Amino acid sequence: METTRFRVNGKSVELQIDPQTPLLWALREQLGLTGTKFGCGMALCGACTVQVNGNAVRSCVTPVRAVRDQQVTTIEGLSSDRSHPVQRAWLQIQVPQCGYCQPGQMMGAAALLAVNENPSDSDIDDAMAGNLCRCGTYARIRKAIHLAAEMTRGQK
Amino acid sequence: MICGVIRPLWLRVGIWIVNIFLYVLPVFLESSGGPRAQAQGNNESVLAFRAVASVLTSPRCLNCHTSADGPLQGDDNHPHAMNVKRGAEGKGSAALRCRACHQTENAKFLHGPPGAADWQLPPASTPMAWKGLTTGQICRALKDPAKNGNRSLQDLIPHMETSLVRWAWNPGPGRTLPPLSHEEFVSRLKEWIDSGAACPE
Repeated sequence: METTRFRVNGKSVELQIDPQTPLLWALREQLGLTGTKFGCGMALCGACTVQVNGNAVRSCVTPVRAVRDQQVTTIEGLSSDRSHPVQRAWLQIQVPQCGYCQPGQMMGAAALLAVNENPSDSDIDDAMAGNLCRCGTYARIRKAIHLAAEMTRGQK
Repeated sequence: MICGVIRPLWLRVGIWIVNIFLYVLPVFLESSGGPRAQAQGNNESVLAFRAVASVLTSPRCLNCHTSADGPLQGDDNHPHAMNVKRGAEGKGSAALRCRACHQTENAKFLHGPPGAADWQLPPASTPMAWKGLTTGQICRALKDPAKNGNRSLQDLIPHMETSLVRWAWNPGPGRTLPPLSHEEFVSRLKEWIDSGAACPE
């Protein structure tokens, strides 16, 4: 066990934890942030996607030592009032079916829009190809990302 | 009189000088890199490069040294799952960076994401794709600064010492190793460079 400090959704946290523990378990088990989901545990499905310093990462294969002194954002931290364009677009398009993969989808989409406010279909496919949805909501996800992009541009 | 011919001194001196040129000069030329020595040096250089190429064309190198727009996987060089893209810098696309899954060390479980510091492909501008090239073509591409990331021959050596290249010899469970040890690989690379960096046809 070691002391590991990092920031989650803007707050500093300090954990006594094995530094090899996957970030996913630190978030869910120790910090109670259960919005981030366990899917495959092998970085193959994207359900556990969070952001580290704004970049989408798979928390199931990211050891907690890798985020020491870094900024971690989970689905709970995307906004405090569902005002993030991705959240609004997801609600407006009614993207989820079962919803299990959606936190990961939304964190990936938000990471994409942070670097590309006007993504093409191809850009979306490239960015989101690692986020699987067994309900097959891909068409709605793509539509929602375009809508969120419009909202993001409209905010400026 | 058998030895009845008495040559004048100037003629005898001239014959000695001609003999010196006939017998000594070839030995001197051979020892100082004459055509035969050069050919032998080229052969040694080419042999050294063939050993280097056996590593460059191993799956651990080829999977990123590819002309495709994304990395490959496995010993059969199949396209990377999830349609992963190279990106301009070789570090993935905007929201699907290599670092999304690849850490600074290998995942400990079978078929988990491998990892090393600076995990990436060559950039799109110089993909340094070896797949489908002959050994001679790989050799000439490796020597060409326009194709090798603007490196001199000496610059190739520190590249082969990076943690990313060294990863090939510690690829994690389920992945084959290159055919030479890392030490032998670097040694043969230096040997190739020091012997003139000759390329096979």
